[in-house]
Amino acid sequence: MLRMESVSKQYRHRGQVVTALNDASLTIGKGDFVSVVGPSGSGKSTLLLMLGGMLSPTSGRVLLDAQSIYDLSSDRRARLRKRRIGFVFQTFNLVPYLTARENVELPLYLSAVEPGAQRERAIALLERVGLGERLHHKPCELSVGQQQRVALARMLANDPAVVLADEPTGNLDPETSRQVIGFLDEINREGKTIVMVTHDPRAAERAKRTLRLKEGRIVAGDTARERLHVA
Amino acid sequence: MRMRTLVWREIFERKSQLITSFLAILLGITVIVSIENITFYSEKAVAREMDSLGANVLILPKSVTLQDYYAADMQGETIPEEYVTQLAMSDLEGLDNLSPKLSVPVEVEGRSFTLTGILPKSEFQAKAAWAGAGIFSRPAGCGAMPTLAFVGEDKKTLVRQRVIDNLTSEEVLVGADVASALRLKEGDRLTLLGQSFSVTATLPQTGTIDDSRVFAHLHRVQELAGKGPVINAIEVVGCCQEISKGLVAKINALLPDAKVVTITQIADAQIRMNALMSRLSTVFLAIIVCVGGAGIANYMYANVHERRREIGTLMSLGATSFLILRIFLLKALLLGIAGGVGGYLLGTILAAVLGPKLAGVPVLPMPMLALLAILISSGLALAASYFPARRAARLDPSATLQEI
Repeated sequence: MLRMESVSKQYRHRGQVVTALNDASLTIGKGDFVSVVGPSGSGKSTLLLMLGGMLSPTSGRVLLDAQSIYDLSSDRRARLRKRRIGFVFQTFNLVPYLTARENVELPLYLSAVEPGAQRERAIALLERVGLGERLHHKPCELSVGQQQRVALARMLANDPAVVLADEPTGNLDPETSRQVIGFLDEINREGKTIVMVTHDPRAAERAKRTLRLKEGRIVAGDTARERLHVA
Repeated sequence: MRMRTLVWREIFERKSQLITSFLAILLGITVIVSIENITFYSEKAVAREMDSLGANVLILPKSVTLQDYYAADMQGETIPEEYVTQLAMSDLEGLDNLSPKLSVPVEVEGRSFTLTGILPKSEFQAKAAWAGAGIFSRPAGCGAMPTLAFVGEDKKTLVRQRVIDNLTSEEVLVGADVASALRLKEGDRLTLLGQSFSVTATLPQTGTIDDSRVFAHLHRVQELAGKGPVINAIEVVGCCQEISKGLVAKINALLPDAKVVTITQIADAQIRMNALMSRLSTVFLAIIVCVGGAGIANYMYANVHERRREIGTLMSLGATSFLILRIFLLKALLLGIAGGVGGYLLGTILAAVLGPKLAGVPVLPMPMLALLAILISSGLALAASYFPARRAARLDPSATLQEI
């Protein structure tokens, strides 16, 4: 489903060339649940953004269902994200001036779903994550755990095939972390492909496979359940 | 969720920024509206003052020179009075006042004066009304101020406006020198060419040949002089803008057997004054547009910077660059419309209050300025926000998310 072919990413920082990702190749099949681990600055977030069509590589190709993402224009990549990819962020990235329901309606609005249907689906999703009583609360009126659940509901709004989660439990207490990972587990069982960057070993263990990064290189996969091809 | 919800909520999310940017637009438009409003009425007042300089176009018999005219217009040559009717019923624009004249010499108590026949405006209006059209059926020209119907006419305005509204065949107006020499005052009787007249008004000193004139109804002078329906000249107070657009040529075309001359000095002064007023207004407008535009652009750049994370999030959810551009431009448009409406209301109030104090002219609301205010405000807000909005649309979503 997702494939990286000899992908490298370099950028300049204060006159120095920094390599964020170095000749990475991998394949992630449909319905997989992959955790990406490694120290800070090892290129985990860069890898995730590249898989989501948000950051073009310096060299190499990234493919989603055989479509080379970065051969598309930026607007076509945006449409691809809208239809196929859902993001979850460590800092939730909810729009602060919209209510929980309106935040969940946002991806539906971008997909031109008519307002009545947006509302119905947003309410159903918020009820699914246990926030049926918090529809009209703004993010600042919710706990961090509740905010992450709103973000999860928003991620599911357009029913994406691929979920890319960047430290989804990074700001959460253990109990809420457990709930969030449980939720990701649940949607993975429903057939969605999940790639999750995490520092949390317990969260990583819940994935079917683990990919380790060091200094921009993929150094190891979880050999016990290897379906991930590391170049 | 709709785009307007998204934009509307964001506007009210950051109230302090909203108030600052809204005030910038509001004050700019307020100043523009009040200046335009006061300037409009000031221009009218200046034009009226300019009109008091006298006629700026003369219609004379072909063989008569301007020098002859200034020699008390008693050159002997005449043109048909019919020309006045032709002008009054024509579709020429910019004829503010017409004053046909026939002058004959008279002697009273051994002194020589000039008896000048003039036609009151009420008679033109009657002629125009017969035709259902004509110059007096249209709104007042550039130099004319609308007068209130219930205000009685001051006959002494003849010396400034070159025309009066009403004059009966038994009335005369006497120039300052005539009044002084014959010791005449209002209500006295004066016999001219064997006919007794009532002195309706003694005119103020003008320092011109008019001081030694006695004005009577044109038809009575024609009758006393036995000259028939003829006149020596038609003094025209023309709208200076129309003069510059070729009014003289149009009159020439209408009256090919008459000579039409412009009193250049007066017309030029009027044109120069109007151009000056117009330039001043444009300069103010340009300054405010520049300052207001810079303020809005500054605010929008700050707003884009502050909302980078939000823009990155929207892009991660699938928003295209064009959608981001539209979100920022819609916000600018809403602010522009609100600033335009508010600025019009505030500017109109300000103009009505300050106009009489600063410019000494009464200022009335001008609904047309509402449209102008909204157009300028929206156009300015959109133009000033375009580059900030484009920057937002071109943001690198990965950079906005990684830097958090």
